[in-house]
Amino acid sequence: MRDRTPRVIPFPASPAPAADARILFRDLALTRDGTRVIDGLTMALCPTGISAVMGPNGAGKSVLLRIAAGLVAPDAGRVILPLPMRGRVGIVFQSPVLLRRTLRGNLTHALKLARVPRADRARRLDELIALGSLLPLAERPARRLSGGEAQRLAIVRALAANPALLLLDEPTAHLDPASTQGVEALVQRIARAGTKVVIVSHDPGQIARLAVEVAFLHHGRACEVTPMPGFLSAPASAEARAYLKGTILL
Amino acid sequence: MPTFLDSIRTALALIASGDPDLVEIVLLSLRVSLTAVVAAAAIGVPLGAALAVFRFPGRGALVVLVNALMGLPPVVVGLVVYLSLSASGPLGVLGLLYTPAAMIIAQTILVAPIIAALTRAALAEMLTEYDETLRALGANRIDTLGTLLWDARFALVTALLAGLGRALAEVGAVMLVGGNIDHVTRVMTTAIALETSRGALPLALGLGFVLLMLTLVLNAAVLGLRARLEGPAHA
Repeated sequence: MRDRTPRVIPFPASPAPAADARILFRDLALTRDGTRVIDGLTMALCPTGISAVMGPNGAGKSVLLRIAAGLVAPDAGRVILPLPMRGRVGIVFQSPVLLRRTLRGNLTHALKLARVPRADRARRLDELIALGSLLPLAERPARRLSGGEAQRLAIVRALAANPALLLLDEPTAHLDPASTQGVEALVQRIARAGTKVVIVSHDPGQIARLAVEVAFLHHGRACEVTPMPGFLSAPASAEARAYLKGTILL
Repeated sequence: MPTFLDSIRTALALIASGDPDLVEIVLLSLRVSLTAVVAAAAIGVPLGAALAVFRFPGRGALVVLVNALMGLPPVVVGLVVYLSLSASGPLGVLGLLYTPAAMIIAQTILVAPIIAALTRAALAEMLTEYDETLRALGANRIDTLGTLLWDARFALVTALLAGLGRALAEVGAVMLVGGNIDHVTRVMTTAIALETSRGALPLALGLGFVLLMLTLVLNAAVLGLRARLEGPAHA
């Protein structure tokens, strides 16, 4: 279905972090099953707009997002968030798990888990549904939604707690072009409303359409963080150049 | 001695006419077994849910124990309850032996582990799927427990049905602690056993039909409810 831009800003815009307050990943390390998944990763991301994280499979992108969301504890190092983002991080996984409820039920439950006061829940619910352009689907069982609809639901559900930093792990990996367009439009609306977005993607076109900068990861390390559009035309690292040429697979 | 077909005809006639003895036995069976399932659910669901969601020392051993108790021999349970409730037993003062209450106690002990084990299995499987998402949404362990109990509600109903099936079909324990006393503690299974031994096959067969029909109707009702409320793609 076509996306419709909501008439209201659907959730409170976050106070903008100071320009120098960047998102810092410092000396992160994580070993799993004997494999160094994150290997001394250090980088800084811009505190506003949309940043993309790119890299081959197994580079550590998804784990990095989980660490930033506080779902996985690193063996070493730390993630330092600007003050307005601390404790306000949302994450959407590549294959979102939707609860066995209606679309509305999923959002209502997320608002409850986010401890949104009961009096505010109905208003917030309407805002989230409008933001995701999901009104006609509100009473549909969530597990009957198409891939694009499910991903839009997962994204607005992650906004229930009003995060200042939203982490998206390949949200359009399994979607057709029309559904991808719907998700990208939603992500842009969220970023415009003041939420910082970090998106993992393999799609150079998507990165060109959305991102203000790209962090390139390889073997658990950050090879570069380069502003757009420079990254696609002239990446700084040999690894990113090889990846974009298709000569680096793992 | 009536032929098998004669017995079936008489049994169906007993059911169709609403024979008072048969109705009384069926109603007592339902009262005892449904009460036992409610009591067992009050124990089994929280226990199974806690075993699925919380991590604590001894949890693994408790899971093994609960699973093992699913196979409790009914006569052993009957014997233990009988000894506890007999005049010289620790609970003899309650005077419950040979009453429906004693039968409810025995069936509760038999059914609670089944409900607990099935609840744990259903919730543990769902937790594997939900855990990361719920944590990302800010859920604590209590929130997770509540979410799983609601989303696994159809699996829980199936667990309760399995418990009810066990309770309705059970004969050894209720025979020991109930005594199979006519108009007091005679339920379908004990009546079937007694009437068969006396050669009164029509009543035994009639009760057997009712027992089968109850099981079929209960299962069909749950399947129908599930299909109506949930839909195939909502599982």
